[in-house]
Amino acid sequence: MYNGSKIIIGLIIFLAIATFPFYSNIGKSAGVPMPDTNTPVINGLDKKECVASAEYMKKEHMKVLDEWRDEVVREGKRDVINVGGRVFEKSLQNGCMQCHSNKSRFCDECHSYAGVKPYCWDCHHFKEGRI
Amino acid sequence: MGIFFSFFMVILLVLIAYFGIAAAGLHTLFGIIIPYAAFVTFCIGFLLKVIKWGRAPVPFHIPTTCGQQMTLPWINYSKLDNPSSTSGVIGRMILEVFCFRSLFRNLKTGLNNGNISYASDKWLWLAGLAFHYSFAVVLIRHLRFFLEPVPALINTIDSLDGFLQVGVPHFLLSGGVLLIAALYLFFRRTSNPQVRYISLPADYFPLFLIAGIALSGIIMRYISKVDIIKVKQLTVSLAELKGNAPEGIGTIFFIHLFLICTLLVYFPFSKLMHMGGIFLSPTRNLPNDSRIKRHINPWNPEVKVHTYEAYENDFREKMKGAGIPVEKE
Repeated sequence: MYNGSKIIIGLIIFLAIATFPFYSNIGKSAGVPMPDTNTPVINGLDKKECVASAEYMKKEHMKVLDEWRDEVVREGKRDVINVGGRVFEKSLQNGCMQCHSNKSRFCDECHSYAGVKPYCWDCHHFKEGRI
Repeated sequence: MGIFFSFFMVILLVLIAYFGIAAAGLHTLFGIIIPYAAFVTFCIGFLLKVIKWGRAPVPFHIPTTCGQQMTLPWINYSKLDNPSSTSGVIGRMILEVFCFRSLFRNLKTGLNNGNISYASDKWLWLAGLAFHYSFAVVLIRHLRFFLEPVPALINTIDSLDGFLQVGVPHFLLSGGVLLIAALYLFFRRTSNPQVRYISLPADYFPLFLIAGIALSGIIMRYISKVDIIKVKQLTVSLAELKGNAPEGIGTIFFIHLFLICTLLVYFPFSKLMHMGGIFLSPTRNLPNDSRIKRHINPWNPEVKVHTYEAYENDFREKMKGAGIPVEKE
């Protein structure tokens, strides 16, 4: 090979970059996130029901919150949501987090796993266990 | 017809992935076996291709006349466009790789009152830059699916990419730019008759494929969402060489993944190898020092020479006898 040493150094750099995910994870535990619904309010419920099914909320909760934000803040529609006799306020802190009061074990669990940084907490101030 | 052939090939790939998952349920095949096979093909194919190129001798430095060559010390010469030293070559290579210097020289040829005229045409350069840089950002962003815990740098890139904070999940600029740039490059190929004339399926196919990858990614993020936690479980297990495909990830994810696998397999055998090839381009990686250093062609056969000195030594007496002047008495 002509200029073999230079080419081989280049190829080693290529391989080091291409296989980066394979060796960078070695020795780090990759626990699967399990969002925790074990809070005093939820445990006290007879019927554990949210504003929508878990399947839907898993994929679309951000959209629900975004729509609520627009309706409440921009359109002034503060009507409540009634699910089987239980009333939910269209609010992150006064709605969702009344039951899901464990931000770090419920919200952050998946968000940090998936590398998602929602900007909810830029404005909403939440202290664990205060609600 | 290259356009339709390439387009339907990509559609066919999408259908293969769709029916493979939605109808046949081949999660292990599409989630683990094909990605591993594609990655191995990519790496080995890339290495073999570069080694093959490396074995080809480069007989002589190829000066490209993009600037004044180094001559006399009092004549300014173009250090980056026509370098004569290794450092100049490194500078030229950096300009080429990071700024696409050659494309910046792109010209548009046209007829102007019956005369051929040339005008600067920077759109290809601009779209090329947008395409490659957004692709790079997309690629780096995707490390969040392979690394656990996600490094802070990846999170920062993600928030910078989505700094507009439009919609939820926030719109990432790089994905949109990638799709638009790929579509522009396609538009350029088809709208310019000369470029269209020389375009082959090998030119259209990667464009459609990458546009398909970008589009399926955008659909997956904003429209038909998938279970991202399960996706990351799959990708992390791939990175840890464990490979277990959890069920219940949306089909669109497997379409996205299958198109990427196709890109990886296609890569080493196609023009996309310019990623490695740019470093082995003789017009970019050789200094223009052909008047400073003597270059010997590596495949020159040994030539037996008979110098005049030796000739005269052999025939001096006979030459003298015939009255032919000699250099040495």
